[in-house]
Amino acid sequence: MIRLDDVTVCYRKHPAVHHLTGTFTAGGLTAVVGPNGAGKTTLLKAITRQQALTTGTIHVDGDIAYLPQMAELDRQFPLTVSELVLAGAWKRRGGLRALDGEETDRADEALERVGLSGFGQRTIATLSGGQLQRARFARLLVQDTPIILLDEPFNNVDTRTRDTLLAILAHWRAQQRTVAVVVHDMGLAHEHFPETLLLAHEVIAWGDTASTLSEDNLQRAQQMTEYWQNDAPWCARP
Amino acid sequence: MTLHEMFLAPVTDYAFMRRALAGCVALATGCAPMGVMLVLRRMSLMGDALSHAVLPGAAIGFIFGGFALPWLAGGGIVAGLLVALLAGLASRFTSLNEDASFAGFYLVSLAIGVVLVSRYGSNVDLIHLLFGSVLAIDNAALYMLATIATLTLLWLAINYRGVILECVDPGYLAVTGGRGSRYHLGLLVLTVLNLVAGFQAMGTLMAVGMMMLPATIARLWADTLAGLLWSAWVAGLVASVVGLLLSYHLNLPSGPAIVLVAGVLYLLSLWLAPHGWLGRRASKTHLQH
Repeated sequence: MIRLDDVTVCYRKHPAVHHLTGTFTAGGLTAVVGPNGAGKTTLLKAITRQQALTTGTIHVDGDIAYLPQMAELDRQFPLTVSELVLAGAWKRRGGLRALDGEETDRADEALERVGLSGFGQRTIATLSGGQLQRARFARLLVQDTPIILLDEPFNNVDTRTRDTLLAILAHWRAQQRTVAVVVHDMGLAHEHFPETLLLAHEVIAWGDTASTLSEDNLQRAQQMTEYWQNDAPWCARP
Repeated sequence: MTLHEMFLAPVTDYAFMRRALAGCVALATGCAPMGVMLVLRRMSLMGDALSHAVLPGAAIGFIFGGFALPWLAGGGIVAGLLVALLAGLASRFTSLNEDASFAGFYLVSLAIGVVLVSRYGSNVDLIHLLFGSVLAIDNAALYMLATIATLTLLWLAINYRGVILECVDPGYLAVTGGRGSRYHLGLLVLTVLNLVAGFQAMGTLMAVGMMMLPATIARLWADTLAGLLWSAWVAGLVASVVGLLLSYHLNLPSGPAIVLVAGVLYLLSLWLAPHGWLGRRASKTHLQH
């Protein structure tokens, strides 16, 4: 569960998102949707404490696994797939405790679930975009946290990979984990996400997907972003 | 010249060559993994900058204590850490990035160093400080080299996972509760220590070569982290042993001789290694079938 209470985050002294209030429930699978620059990534960074809050509080009830956009990973780094996946054990094992059979079994199992068994010894440079995304999901599986935040995990992946990843999301939901995913494709949100948060600097709508993504709301979100320039007064609305 | 005269006699006949050889083995052992880390973190320039930054400290030490080790090494360490600190602060509190502020500070400190030595010492002293001399490796220097190599390997062994993670995916580590700045600082301090270790034998200008060239060579041969670390070490060892022998037989300054051998290895690797020219060409012809 993640509870936001009047959350404002500023970027260069200007709010990127403001006065967000609401809850991501356990067992909820939420799509975070909004125009470009609406503050979706900022929100995830605030929840993971990479961005300081200007006002408000965020309450979380467990460890968080966060999948940043793919661009943050150095793909030329000479890392093997199994090393990448085993990094998911960092929270439990840290820098010194042994990565014993329990962890390597977990990693093997995760690789199998994302359809990459046998890829363990390959380096990440040799993977395709879709395969690398699968490997990153395997790391999330190894992390095994109650809260999972994903930033645009379906960008530039093939449909087969997308289906595999969506199945994992559904499984997480069934396990009562809290899952929030930044999604660009509205169709995807309609089809696979029971709940949606429509964000445009503020919460435009937050609830079941069909009513959140109404024509009205989408238009309002678009208006808000266009109106919201760097020199707009704080908390102004069109 | 027999093989014995070429390879063994210098070491069996002269104590200073034995010390130099042991020193260079220690140096390669510490510098190779550091270089690999710096190259992987795209911090090659920082290693270069720090190596120049060490000079004024060594020069001030030299003015007070001549070629006595504690003065030279102590001064070098202090100056290197000071420049690292100043550059870090400058990038943190201004909009310069770390690379640019390092470049600013190291040029200034290199100039200060050269001015100091040429004002208070002779040209021979300057050449010694800049390019090194195997004769400078006495027992005390040898102990220092071994200590620094040991410290480097121990620190890397303890922090290996974190350093690698912070390199490949800093965002992940930050969210999962690791403190990335700790590794960054640790690497900076170890870089300074290894450069100071290097400048006795290699000179301040050449010491960084022992760090960067083996790591660059390794990148052309190896795909995995373990492979990189091993091949950088082997390249460093070969370069330092062959370079030392060359400097003995041809009466060359040891630092440039070692770096030149590493340079030859680098050129050969560019040509022959799996990720070099021939390797790339072989995989292309394969695709055409």
